[in-house]
Amino acid sequence: MWKEIALRRYQSRSQVVPQKSGQLLEKSRPYLYVAPALAFFTLFFFYPIAYMVYLSFYDWSLLDLSAMEWVGLENFHALFTDADFYQVLSNTFVFTVFTVSLGMGIAFFLALWLNHRAKIYGIVQAAIFTPHIISLVSIAMLWLWLMDPQYGLLNAILESFGLPPYSWLADTKSALASLILVSVWKVVGYNTLVFIAGLQSIPKYLYEAAALDRSPAWKTLWKITIPMLSPTLFFLLIINTISSFQVFDTINIMTQGGPVNSTNMLVFYIYEQGMDFYNGGIASAASVVLLLLVALLTLFHFLVLSKKVHYR
Amino acid sequence: MARVLLKQVVKAFQDQPVVKGLDLTIPNGSFTVLVGPSGCGKSTTLRMIAGLEEVTDGEIWIGDRKVNDVPPGKRDLAMVFQNYALYPTMNVFENIAFGLQNRGLPRQECKSLVHEIAEVVGLTSYLDRKPSELSGGQRQRVALARAMVKKPQVFLMDEPLSNLDAKLRNQMRVELTSLHKQLGSTFIYVTHDQVEAMTMGDQIVVMNEGRIQQVASPVELYQDPTNLFVAQFIGSPAMNILSWEEEESCLLGFRPEKGRIAATIQPSTEEKGISLRGKVRSREILGAEVLYYVDTRKGQIIVKANHDVELIAEDEDVRLSVAAKDLYFFDEKTGMRVMGQHVHSLPLAGGAV
Repeated sequence: MWKEIALRRYQSRSQVVPQKSGQLLEKSRPYLYVAPALAFFTLFFFYPIAYMVYLSFYDWSLLDLSAMEWVGLENFHALFTDADFYQVLSNTFVFTVFTVSLGMGIAFFLALWLNHRAKIYGIVQAAIFTPHIISLVSIAMLWLWLMDPQYGLLNAILESFGLPPYSWLADTKSALASLILVSVWKVVGYNTLVFIAGLQSIPKYLYEAAALDRSPAWKTLWKITIPMLSPTLFFLLIINTISSFQVFDTINIMTQGGPVNSTNMLVFYIYEQGMDFYNGGIASAASVVLLLLVALLTLFHFLVLSKKVHYR
Repeated sequence: MARVLLKQVVKAFQDQPVVKGLDLTIPNGSFTVLVGPSGCGKSTTLRMIAGLEEVTDGEIWIGDRKVNDVPPGKRDLAMVFQNYALYPTMNVFENIAFGLQNRGLPRQECKSLVHEIAEVVGLTSYLDRKPSELSGGQRQRVALARAMVKKPQVFLMDEPLSNLDAKLRNQMRVELTSLHKQLGSTFIYVTHDQVEAMTMGDQIVVMNEGRIQQVASPVELYQDPTNLFVAQFIGSPAMNILSWEEEESCLLGFRPEKGRIAATIQPSTEEKGISLRGKVRSREILGAEVLYYVDTRKGQIIVKANHDVELIAEDEDVRLSVAAKDLYFFDEKTGMRVMGQHVHSLPLAGGAV
């Protein structure tokens, strides 16, 4: 098939080139090729983003779209003078830092442990990966039950050790940590699998050379395994950061941002403002902030960390 | 410097024996080459000496120390891998210095040693480059420098030249042998290339199917093979092997360069030996020499002749002769060399047709 296409292309080129009208076609050809993809991106990415930025300068609500009023930067002003929004930002950062570091840290050591070709390791790998393929809603429901103060399994375990029951999601001190626990639990399987794939692509002879060079285990890990794994680490760091920033389902089902705003995070805050409080303008402004934060963070990753990444 | 001793060394992978009871002494300061076809267990043997592969049974001694349970880093040896196994994330300096740092050498001493060795192998201007920025030959030098800087008792080399092009390989061959003379350490070198083995080693260990076939110097190996395998493995083209009716279950062999070929079908009568009639099927002109592929009643025979003798055309009828002193005899069943009586009582001149 490819041969045919190449042949046809060659023939069409040799026919078209000598003519004048054909030259225009020849020049526009690359643009024509990318046009469908560009149209798709414009329609579903660039336009919504631009429209979102546009909406953030208006006071509007979903109840009455005809009553839109230009307010300039008023929405941003309102956002940044709202103490709740600062808490939302701080919650989002805390959640992201812990979910990403724990999710990747635990996965890394699990991967080191599971990086063997035996049946039992395959079974454990599959078990750890399972949360990744389950819907977040089911996971949230499951953990809601596990963390139930009265009937939950976690408190039953605490009780069996003679410890007092704990109000996991109802306490402002522990609610965010409980959400982090659920997110880490979900993300660890995927991260582990990616880490194992990365580990298995490191040639064995490097470890043999290190053994002959009398390298102690920690140094082999630090000087060989981690540098060789840097593309994987970098990939997971970006993916995990972005998805943590956008956490929504678990909050929506498990805590609704409570108690007392202690688990409210950016995406849920946007949803709440737009859908529950009908503050379309505030929701749009918060979305712009989210977009900028994620963009800045990703830019930082690429500019600062990518220099440390070793690509083979 | 140290002698390496293998006592009844066995290696099995999942009950499948790969190395079957090796007894071998590698003398102190020797350049010993393990050679054999792929899968003969030579690399496995080297890796067992290095400690990268566990010994299933038997003992390995380096110097006066049994090293079966000594980790690779503490055996006082260095290895050059086939693919060099350089650390891709470290530059040349770090690659060479890594082993020294792990021995707890002070930073300054480490630095001066690395610079010293880089001077020797001509890498001084490449010290801050990553391996991916070097050519194959340069990588090879880094691998050598990394091994040399540790000043080990024993150097292990696992087909270190096989990734280089032919010209560079010849050059490195000479450099390695002179390096050996210079350092005086024990070198153990694995290759499947018999030319490498013959040109570099002072002791050659021919292996096949996990067993040692013969341990000898290059000349002895060539002139005095103990069995059919060694006779055919060493030398290129391989030794001609014919069945021999005069003696039951006995094979007869001679080296292609020992056969004389003449464009006449008259039997030669000068001396004792064998004489065969045949037809030149094809010929290869190698420059100074010509290879003739001759069809005879006993199968195809290869004869290597000098160019200064007049060329024989293809399809021409020829007479082949081999002097008695150039004939080898082997037992058909065991493949072992049969010495003595045959050679003396050769009634063969002009016998076979």
